[in-house]
Amino acid sequence: MNASTAVVLAEVPRRASRRLSSYPVVPLAIIGLMVFIALAADVLAPHNPEVGSLGMRFRPPVWQAGGSAAHLLGTDHLGRDVLSRLLFGARVSLVVGFTAVVVAGLLGVALGIAAGYLGGWVDEVIMRLTDTWLALPALTFAIFLAAVLGPSELNIIIVLSCVYWTRYARVIRGEVLSLKEREFVRLAIIAGCSRLTIMRRHILPNVLNSAIVLATLMLGVVVVTEAALSFLGVGVPPPKPAWGLMLADGKRGLMAGYWWLTVLPGLCIMFLVLAANLLGDWLRVKLDPQLRQL
Amino acid sequence: MTEPLLELRALSTHYESARGTRVTRAVDDVSLTLEPGKTLGIVGESGSGKSTLALSIMRLLPPAARIVGGEIRFEGENLLTKSPREMRHIRGKRIAMILQDPMASLNPLFTIGDQIAESLRVHEGASRAAAWSRAKGLLQAVRISAPVTRMKEFPHQMSGGMRQRIVGAIAVACEPRLLIADEPTTSLDLTIQAQYLSLLRDLQRDHNLAMIFITHNLGIVAKMCDAVAVMYAGRVVEAGPIRQIFNKPAHPYTRALLESVPRLTDDNHARLPAIEGQPPDPSAPPSGCAFHPRCPQMMERCQAQAPPSVTVASSHTARCWLHLP
Repeated sequence: MNASTAVVLAEVPRRASRRLSSYPVVPLAIIGLMVFIALAADVLAPHNPEVGSLGMRFRPPVWQAGGSAAHLLGTDHLGRDVLSRLLFGARVSLVVGFTAVVVAGLLGVALGIAAGYLGGWVDEVIMRLTDTWLALPALTFAIFLAAVLGPSELNIIIVLSCVYWTRYARVIRGEVLSLKEREFVRLAIIAGCSRLTIMRRHILPNVLNSAIVLATLMLGVVVVTEAALSFLGVGVPPPKPAWGLMLADGKRGLMAGYWWLTVLPGLCIMFLVLAANLLGDWLRVKLDPQLRQL
Repeated sequence: MTEPLLELRALSTHYESARGTRVTRAVDDVSLTLEPGKTLGIVGESGSGKSTLALSIMRLLPPAARIVGGEIRFEGENLLTKSPREMRHIRGKRIAMILQDPMASLNPLFTIGDQIAESLRVHEGASRAAAWSRAKGLLQAVRISAPVTRMKEFPHQMSGGMRQRIVGAIAVACEPRLLIADEPTTSLDLTIQAQYLSLLRDLQRDHNLAMIFITHNLGIVAKMCDAVAVMYAGRVVEAGPIRQIFNKPAHPYTRALLESVPRLTDDNHARLPAIEGQPPDPSAPPSGCAFHPRCPQMMERCQAQAPPSVTVASSHTARCWLHLP
């Protein structure tokens, strides 16, 4: 990029519509809506998500013949309200997703910085561990860990963090390797800063951008993995409403025409992951220092 | 004569390849002295060992390099026997250094004020407020206008000259005794260069700072330095007071260097004299005097034996057989 392009870009008129389109409206709206739903599920949900009445099993959504306004999106095989379960399911997905992404991120960034900056045997140990980790198929590894730890929301978070920290460690280490050769890091060494000070004050802030972008992209991966684990029965234990669990419960009803039991939670997962990925892509461009300097 | 601030005694730094088969003598048997408040220029071609010499003094050599012999005495203490922790307290506090590239020497994510205050806080345990107000004074000292606003700005909002001045302010923040400047002006344009050099001289005078000025620009040496050491293939081939070196160069290499500086009084159509040949491969220097393949006054003896350091005048030494009977 040269100076002339920068000038041209700066002269683009900043009308409200244009400014709006430069933000990822759709993904932000989806994630914002999901966060709102997760926070307000208690108020929004018309029924208790974990208790159903067996007399009301397999009611279709309201717009289909046999549907009722009491259960807008129908009921499942135990007569539980699908809408309420979806609303509470958002809470599970987001809590597990965000926490796992953050915990994995903290672990991965810390180890990545240590490996990249300290080098030597520290680097050797951390990176060989990462290589071994990445050689295992993520989902198989997660199922194994989950089976060992037993199903619970906390364990799912531990499992996902254990599985995905390596992704961060890899990327961050690479960044640190190039950062530590930069003049300002050398100047900090010359100024007599200790290694800890340099890692904390000079390296960490410079890799945070990458870590945030990575975290956003990982959110999608983690949500899908959580759903998969729940689907396979080693994730969130029933009767807690989780989207993956709802898919698992509903899959036998699919052939019988009870489509809403699988399609609706599937759509929820899809939209959340899609929004996370779109947001991640946008952030990656936005926070890229090369592009940002325009 | 005053006690020297820095004294190098037969310092040798070698780079070794991973298997130890190839040894590069980047700094070879270098002895130099520097008195408080004086400036020593170190000139030489690329790869002559100037920067390795500076990094040896700071004890910040890359892992492949090793100081194999000699002594570095700074304020009467041998730096080579210091622990890494002790060295950390010396770096930045008593010996400061300015690097070549001002554009990259500042952390892009912190304000100017934070970065100047950082070394004050690291070395002197100054409080945030005290460090901040001293940083403001330092910005004034390096002639940055509106220091209060500038303190809160980020490096990308500054010009190259300003950034280099800020790097200078950081270097003198803890009142060091010695400042090592490794080609500090190569990336600046000429007018900014001149400003920066006069700023460095003012800082030097105000803080009674000794300086080691590494450059390949003889004009800067003439302007800035009290003494100069000419390096060739890791060795100091000639060292002495600036007048002596410029008026009566004793080593053919120094002479050739001085002749290759363009002068305004010269006939414009004459070709500028250049030194024949290429600088030697530092890992396989020629036998005897390393300069002999390019030397116009080469003798048989030069190929066989490296010349010792000869005193040609008071505190003026040269490594050349021409000055030995």
